[in-house]
Amino acid sequence: MERLLKFIYEYRALFAFLFLELVSVLLIVENNQFQSSAYFNSSNRVAASILGFSQGVREYVSLGTINRQLAEENAILRTTLEQRNQRIFADQIPVLKDSVLSNRFEYIEAKVVSNSTQFYKNYITVDKGKLDGIEPGMAAISISGAAGKVKSVSDHFSVLISLLHTDEMVSCVVKNKDYFGTAQWDGADARFTNLRYIPRHANPSPGDTVVTSGYNAIFPKGILVGVIRTATLSEESPFWDIQVALAQDFSKLSFVELVKSNLKNERDSLEKVTISEIR
Amino acid sequence: MIRSGIVHIFLFFVYVLAQAVFLKNLVLFNSAFCFLYVAFILLLPFDLSNLRIVLIGFLLGITIDIFYSSMGLHAFATVLLSYMRSYWLSVITPQGGYDTGNSPTISTNGVQWFLVYAIPLVFIHHFVLFFLEATGFDMFWFTMLKIIGSLLFNMTVIIFLQLLVPQRRKI
Repeated sequence: MERLLKFIYEYRALFAFLFLELVSVLLIVENNQFQSSAYFNSSNRVAASILGFSQGVREYVSLGTINRQLAEENAILRTTLEQRNQRIFADQIPVLKDSVLSNRFEYIEAKVVSNSTQFYKNYITVDKGKLDGIEPGMAAISISGAAGKVKSVSDHFSVLISLLHTDEMVSCVVKNKDYFGTAQWDGADARFTNLRYIPRHANPSPGDTVVTSGYNAIFPKGILVGVIRTATLSEESPFWDIQVALAQDFSKLSFVELVKSNLKNERDSLEKVTISEIR
Repeated sequence: MIRSGIVHIFLFFVYVLAQAVFLKNLVLFNSAFCFLYVAFILLLPFDLSNLRIVLIGFLLGITIDIFYSSMGLHAFATVLLSYMRSYWLSVITPQGGYDTGNSPTISTNGVQWFLVYAIPLVFIHHFVLFFLEATGFDMFWFTMLKIIGSLLFNMTVIIFLQLLVPQRRKI
């Protein structure tokens, strides 16, 4: 026993090294699992306020652009609202009476505290947390399109997985052609993402709009993701090779809206029951 | 010794803040990153025991991880760098050995020696960091480009900082 202790003491640096590397690997594995409730990341209060300072400086420079984008979004929303009102009055379209269904999605705005685009796995930190009703798994959309989903929350901050994360997959649909695929980033260029699993018989063409399909209950249906830039079909591949220009410029992301899906639990539990019945 | 300890604790916070507030946003051509914080480990005094350096490396790495939302990634690479440091130092010992109390800087051993000392260590750090982040060798050449770009950028900044900041013989 004494000799064992002596041996450990002799090589204490080596053992400390091995132990710390093991701890690091465990942390990496833990962090890579989706929706962990880790509190020890940039949703940490001190870290977030330091990061917020540097984001504040960057944001000040682009205030003009942000204002114009917000004004444009307002104008678009006002137009669609007016069109809808006119149609309801003119065509007597029955208004959805069930308030549970019409209040399916709630939007909570949040400010981006920290963001990156250059890594393979990019994360966004925002300044709303558990106390504001944010939960892991909620979707985040920005002024121009889909942005990501919530990974972990602390009381006042949350960390989102950006669309620019090589493990993040979003169920998408090519608008007006109704082919379903999955948007997944390849890690190379922050302006483009890839649309996978569009079958051979489909006919996507450059310029087609790609929106979320609403199949995974996280994103509402019809949120803009981007516009198809190139679509190529190689000889053997069973799927199209499609590059999508992202609608949101992630290097300029400064505000996001977090989407609370009120019926998500009901839908998930129903789907779970169905899956377990099949087995 | 105590004074040197306090100076290093202060420097620790300076490196972390510089990394989190400023250098995190500084990426050249979308591929060259500046992880200046490795210089803190590289420039620790000679007479610090290997155990302590490894512990300091872990602490530094995990602090940087908090700001980068990348738990464990920087910690893993920095602990590896810290552990290899003393072995690499003993391999490249110049004639006459090192003076205890000094740090492995340009002013104590010269630019050429410093390059031999720092480049392999920083390269290993970046190599482990970027390939761990990519979780595999899928994008080998793009990741290699990031590693080499960051290595050049980082070494330039480390050397310029040492030439700009006047070095005292002994802190």
